[in-house]
Amino acid sequence: MAEPALPAVAPTRASRPSILRIILRDRIALAGAILVAIMLIAAVFAPLLAPHVPTDINGRARLQGPSALFPLGTDELGRDLLSRALYGARVSLTVCVSVVTLAALIGVSIGLVAGYFGGLLDSVSMRLMDVIFAFPTILLALAVVSTLGTETRNLVLALTVVYVPAFARISRGAALSVAREPYVEAARSVGVGNFRIITRYVLPNITAPIVVQITLSLAYAILVESALSYLGLGVQPPEASWGSMLATGKVHIERSIWPSLVPGLFIVFTVLGFNLLGDALRDSLDPRLRAAIR
Amino acid sequence: MLHIILLRVLATIPVLFGVSLVTFFLIRAVPGDIVDALAGEEFDNPEAIDQLRRLFGLDLPLYQQFWMWFSGLLQGDLGTSFRTGRPVLQEILDRFPLTLELTLAALVISVAIAVPLGVISATRRNSGLDMGVRVASLVGLSIPNFWLGILLIAFFSVHLRWLPSGGSNPFAFSWDHFQFLILPAVTLGSSLAAETMRMTRSSMLEVLAQDYVRTSRAKGLGEHLVIFRHALRNSLIPVVTVVGIQAGALLGGTVVVEQIFSWGGLGNLVVRAISQRDYPLLQGLILFLALFYIVMSLIVDIIYLYLDPRLRRHG
Repeated sequence: MAEPALPAVAPTRASRPSILRIILRDRIALAGAILVAIMLIAAVFAPLLAPHVPTDINGRARLQGPSALFPLGTDELGRDLLSRALYGARVSLTVCVSVVTLAALIGVSIGLVAGYFGGLLDSVSMRLMDVIFAFPTILLALAVVSTLGTETRNLVLALTVVYVPAFARISRGAALSVAREPYVEAARSVGVGNFRIITRYVLPNITAPIVVQITLSLAYAILVESALSYLGLGVQPPEASWGSMLATGKVHIERSIWPSLVPGLFIVFTVLGFNLLGDALRDSLDPRLRAAIR
Repeated sequence: MLHIILLRVLATIPVLFGVSLVTFFLIRAVPGDIVDALAGEEFDNPEAIDQLRRLFGLDLPLYQQFWMWFSGLLQGDLGTSFRTGRPVLQEILDRFPLTLELTLAALVISVAIAVPLGVISATRRNSGLDMGVRVASLVGLSIPNFWLGILLIAFFSVHLRWLPSGGSNPFAFSWDHFQFLILPAVTLGSSLAAETMRMTRSSMLEVLAQDYVRTSRAKGLGEHLVIFRHALRNSLIPVVTVVGIQAGALLGGTVVVEQIFSWGGLGNLVVRAISQRDYPLLQGLILFLALFYIVMSLIVDIIYLYLDPRLRRHG
């Protein structure tokens, strides 16, 4: 069946700058993007960049400070901290990117459907989100990981559960207001199906808050992931993750600061990168906020 | 106003029921139970294992187990700890004061740093001070609080040897007690301060752009009066939300910090309950913390009503 001709109302604001252009124009966004890019490169090319094998034990080089051989020092087993942190970037970023991708897919779908159709479906799904929201983040993740076991897959699952409600709420709110707009009304009146309206008209209009939420969630997911790993509920040894490196580093803090310092700095740079990016994107993508601030 | 508050209280009941349901089944989803854990360590006797299961009620169908737990819950009985044999509520109430103390101290530190800096930053927008505060808050937001804790231990306990690196003792107005509180409270408080400061600043900026602020300036009110009498009160509304949410979430967030500083509060108890598979204790803890969170958001709503009289009119 041929699509009926649609009214020429632009569903997306033409004046809104593209994300790439925002990043290139805004110094803060650029700084964030560079930090994130460095960490992504570190994670992808860890085997090429790492000067040592991250699990190689060297009994004669325990808890050393930085040297030519070990650029950022060694841990209590004489393993190279730089190499471990680079491989740790792989673990942390893989976990967090999978979590936020999954959570965004699930949450946005729930939110769109709830906000668009309203009614009982809306109230039931939002009450469910309230229930998940009522759990303190870390505690919920702790409960899931401790019940299902400390595998990376379970860690991803646990954190996904934690992040779904935020995406659902944001997209529901946006869908709710967009669904009442005249151009959606118009599309419906000429017989466009619900699925098509949701994907073509509603979704493009709520990308801005979702993109911001994705960036800020990534920042927070890194923090929560490393907290869980710190408690021993994340990636298991001998594999290194930033959180578990910190946990062993703390044990030896009386003798060397390096095992505590290095993974922490990696975490801070990554999270700061995502935060800078998310902040700048929010300022440029959210017109209400822009009006208020500028 | 009482009417609105009552409605809000009633609305929390289904959420609480949902929370208890989720908590219960989430914890049962685990393969292996406490008896397996006990048996693995201590003995290998099928008969005794069956007996233990019966003792803990683990042989019953799930819905019956839930009903037993839930009906007890309604009477204020959270069950008994598998490990210590003490009532769960007692275990929780024993530890709660320490966590509450840590939480309150952290909130006080956070607000004391964040609100003045946020206001100054907003009123002197784009000044060097403003930039400094903004950068500091973003960096603060990006530092994991447990890492900050480790660095504080490295500096104040290991290097300077001024403060203990961990531990806690029952509340008392003495240096002996407070010396343990300082580092964990500063750790938690400063990471909260970053968020509160950003909220104060942006909310203050939004309010300063309002018409009534311009009007009060136009009619010749002093800048101090404009900011403190008119702008601050209104800009505090979103700040109250953030602080309220933080207070509720903080109890959960103390888990890691309590672990670092060996603070003997609920966070420590959570980790113990998890590692020992002590279901009743873990269930009780999660429920208790969720309840606290819900009560906190209720209190936040009530403070709203006080801060924004417009809300009082609607039912």
